[in-house]
Amino acid sequence: MEQQNKMILSFSNISGNESFARATVAAFAAKLDPTLEELEDIKTAVSEAVTNAIIHGYQEQQGMVHVEATLTEQGIEIIVRDQGRGIDDVDLVREATYTSRPDLERSGMGFTIMEHLMDEIEIISAVGKGTQIKMYKKINNIVPVN
Amino acid sequence: MEDRKGGVYMELIVDSKIFKDAIIVYLRGELDQHTANTVRNAIEKEWSKKLATYIILNMEQLTFMDSSGLGVILGRYKQVTNDGGKLVICCVNRQVEKIIELSGLKNIINFYNTETEALNAIGGE
Repeated sequence: MEQQNKMILSFSNISGNESFARATVAAFAAKLDPTLEELEDIKTAVSEAVTNAIIHGYQEQQGMVHVEATLTEQGIEIIVRDQGRGIDDVDLVREATYTSRPDLERSGMGFTIMEHLMDEIEIISAVGKGTQIKMYKKINNIVPVN
Repeated sequence: MEDRKGGVYMELIVDSKIFKDAIIVYLRGELDQHTANTVRNAIEKEWSKKLATYIILNMEQLTFMDSSGLGVILGRYKQVTNDGGKLVICCVNRQVEKIIELSGLKNIINFYNTETEALNAIGGE
């Protein structure tokens, strides 16, 4: 069986790392020869997931954000994890314009954007333990990787 | 303010100028949670001088924006509207356009393809 091509990245929950995370995943995804638009979709979705981990998962506490990406035959799977406070009601946070932080100037559009730009999205969360967002994006006209 | 030359990317730079009754704000770089404060503070500073009725956000050189950017734009729109002014946007690229379309922001804020179109539109009011 052919070896899967995978990357793992862990970084501090500092907002300045959002651009680093999305640029890194996009550079890895570029191996699949996606269109510029597909690459932009991936960057945006990663930015949303990582921002959620930083400002909602950990709030003011220090912690690490973990990003895994795996290239598949048809696309890319991306997992963003934190070990923060978790989400009480996953269905609620997926609603457009909902924000748990009305004190900040938030649009509440993060999950709506991820759902539109990616083909699949799964949220697993446990209160007090953390949150994992798993996303999949199909890449059209993929080229063989590795 | 100068662009960072040795870095892998430029974060975000805000410039502005006054033209007639409008403050034209130029956003360059990437607008996310990290750079949202820069945009908020820069626009608030210019707006608080009370030198104009309109704000035009020119996004021609904004190469990336996520939902944190939507939050800060909506916040400025509300502030300017509350003060009796008007905020419009011009020159968005494809990635930014997609996020704006998804958010429904076009139902609230007027968008124009060029800065001239934006200026003509507000001049005609």
